[in-house]
Amino acid sequence: MSTIPEGASFVGKPKASGGLSIRDLTLSIGRGSSAKNILRGISLDVPSGQITGLAGESGSGKTMTGMTVLGLQPAQAKVTGTIEFDGRNLLELPTKKLNTLRGNDIAMVFQDPTSSLHPMLSIGSQLTDHLRQHTGMSKREALERARVVLEQVKVPDPAGALKKYPHQFSGGQLQRVAIASAIMCSPSVLIADEPTTALDVTVQAGILRLLRELCDDLGLAILLVTHDLGVMSALADTIAVMRQGEIVEHGDRFQVITAPRDPYTKALIDALPHDGSAGSAPDSASTGDAS
Amino acid sequence: MTSLLELDSVKVSYRVAGKPRLVAVDDVSLSLGTRQVLGLVGESGCGKSTLARAICGLEGLDSGSITFDGTPVKRLGMRTRDRKLLRIQMVFQNPYASLNPRRTIGKQIEDGLRVNPDRTAWTVPDLLAHVELDASARSRFPHQFSGGQRQRIAIARAIASGPDLLVGDEPIASLDASLQARVAGLMRNLALETGASLLFISHDLSVVRVIADDVAVMSKGKIVERGDVNEVWSNPQQPYTQQLLSAIPKVDGLGILPG
Amino acid sequence: MSQTTAPASQAQPDVLAVAARRRLRFPAALRNPLAVTGTAIIVVWLVLALLAPMISPADPLAQNFDRLQPPSAAHWFGTDQLGRDVLARVLDGARVSIILPLLLVVSSLLVGTIAGSIAGYFGKVADEVIMRIADLVFAFPTIILAMVIAASLGPSLTNAVIAMLIVSWPAYARVTRSLVVVASRSEYVVAGRLLGNSPFTSLGKDILPNIIAPVVVLATLDVGTAILLLAGLSFLGLGAVPPTPDWGAMVSDGVQNFSSWWISVFPGLAILTVVLAFNFLGDALRDGLDPRTADAVKGRAL
Repeated sequence: MSTIPEGASFVGKPKASGGLSIRDLTLSIGRGSSAKNILRGISLDVPSGQITGLAGESGSGKTMTGMTVLGLQPAQAKVTGTIEFDGRNLLELPTKKLNTLRGNDIAMVFQDPTSSLHPMLSIGSQLTDHLRQHTGMSKREALERARVVLEQVKVPDPAGALKKYPHQFSGGQLQRVAIASAIMCSPSVLIADEPTTALDVTVQAGILRLLRELCDDLGLAILLVTHDLGVMSALADTIAVMRQGEIVEHGDRFQVITAPRDPYTKALIDALPHDGSAGSAPDSASTGDAS
Repeated sequence: MTSLLELDSVKVSYRVAGKPRLVAVDDVSLSLGTRQVLGLVGESGCGKSTLARAICGLEGLDSGSITFDGTPVKRLGMRTRDRKLLRIQMVFQNPYASLNPRRTIGKQIEDGLRVNPDRTAWTVPDLLAHVELDASARSRFPHQFSGGQRQRIAIARAIASGPDLLVGDEPIASLDASLQARVAGLMRNLALETGASLLFISHDLSVVRVIADDVAVMSKGKIVERGDVNEVWSNPQQPYTQQLLSAIPKVDGLGILPG
Repeated sequence: MSQTTAPASQAQPDVLAVAARRRLRFPAALRNPLAVTGTAIIVVWLVLALLAPMISPADPLAQNFDRLQPPSAAHWFGTDQLGRDVLARVLDGARVSIILPLLLVVSSLLVGTIAGSIAGYFGKVADEVIMRIADLVFAFPTIILAMVIAASLGPSLTNAVIAMLIVSWPAYARVTRSLVVVASRSEYVVAGRLLGNSPFTSLGKDILPNIIAPVVVLATLDVGTAILLLAGLSFLGLGAVPPTPDWGAMVSDGVQNFSSWWISVFPGLAILTVVLAFNFLGDALRDGLDPRTADAVKGRAL
């Protein structure tokens, strides 16, 4: 299946500064005939002030796309193509430069907040360490900034929260803290990998709202990776559907959900219960979870 | 309908250091018939996992009683489990912890077969085929499988013992998101095929909706609503259920944030 | 429990048997340079210990008039203050100084593992009683306590080994207990109980196989300590009774004849090589025994 030209209408758009532009990204593991092609020519724009959804089943390569943007692909993987950010190709940057970029300009939020925060460090020091290292800010200034950010992500009692430890928060609050830690250094791109999958639905609603506000208020470019078409439909501005390492369809949210052009997308949506209130896409592909 | 499992005013509480006892399950009465799939939903911390553990005899009751097929369920403690209660089996949340890393898949499934009253009901290759795994899995070790595959093995082990009641305690919560619906469907099919009832506990409402006949909604240790899954979905009676259901984002492409 | 009782029947090749069995399952896991070196040294010493009476150049107990001779063609390692051949004594001493510590480690492994797993799995009274006894032993410095026990039992090799057993089992009990406490909460253990395993079956089938690897590794590393402890007791005159050759006692003799360096250097080197070899093997076993790290270890196999 080739990349559908619908994607092209978004590719050409004038992009606000700070967005991300992925071109012909391929990633393979192994050599010669035994090589496994995980990504087969991904082209995707993640413009500022928009939430770009990346949907797909397990093994479709959606998480690997997010990881590669951060330079977190497996060490033995072979990557070609370009990931352009701020006029530079991330794939050609030396590790040192990439390290300063990571967290500073491009940040990530993971599925499980309990494992993405350090259990033995207070929230205050986790939020400020990174910032102080990058900017040389004083401790007082950094803590003040942390308090403001926690307020922004609507953690109750931000000043008190700085002194607490991860285990003292509920899953939803912890995900807010994780988001706060991601936006501490004012990044321009945020990659959210299944950010609400581990959460209860009522909590999920709050996190979705928060991501929308951050995108609108801060002009963040958000790449939202999720299998949940309900979350996609609620949050993403444009939706790219991935299957076996390729983007089979990329278009406006309403068009992709209501009038999918690709047969695979159509199958995904048709498989939902009729009133469309179920979130999970039943996994119909034959590839499954083979290791 | 005679009920297979009967819970009568069950109360379970924990001691928490420096605080009053935490009541996890508060006065829950519930009955489950044969060949019935009951989905138990609720948010984290509502006591649904404690309830599942109590049904398996892994928690002591403060008051009330649990009766399975006429046998009272008592706390397991350091005794060997009552033979009648072997007909209750559980599938755990974390597939990385629920299989013994040092024993082959075949051996672990045989543990289940050994307590099946009908010795000829299954063979290991049969079971592996039913959970969509290759027969060669038999001689391999758990670390050679992915999370989804391990959960299938855990399901196979539980089914091997020929249970009348299969309890799934968040069995899909730690699986890769896009596999969840499939593993849940597999559990339902296998339970019904073997004539067992399934108590499926999950915080994922959408999956419960697809696989359960009945749904019970739990909040703060109590069951607030129970009924046919489609009825509850289309016409929830309790405000809590209404709030829970309205929080699920709809796939309509309109970009409406739920809640 | 079969995992722990099996090595007991054959005390001496315990570690090697484990290594050989694992080698079958993880063909390359133990083939790293350190493990090979360690195993080779141990095998050589064991062969020398067994064949000592046959290959020994002289009777280790025979005294003659060549007292305090430096190493020469006739006496490769020289002779001691009573004119006994040091090489013959080092070879013969291997029997006491390697085999007894091995036996000791295996028995304290057994006692400690059984006590620790009962304490950890059953908890409550069993736990309190066993672990408080262990604490009592821990409260004294090892060598001092061993000295006191050995002294009160009277100086002999048997008594030295009993004393060492008393001071060394609590280490195994404590490690095993903490591992069992963690493992017994695992879901696979609960799943096994739900399938009708009795507590003892559960302990033997689900828990011990999963925790025994670190304990066996601890034992391998402990062989070195045991050799040094026995050498220490002999040095103090509480172990091997003269004239029985024992490396520790020989080092002690050497110290009194300071100018005759060969008396203490050769047995000292023997202790050094054996302790090093067991430490190498222990490190390799630690990596090789875990099925999850075994794959990584294979990567740097020979």
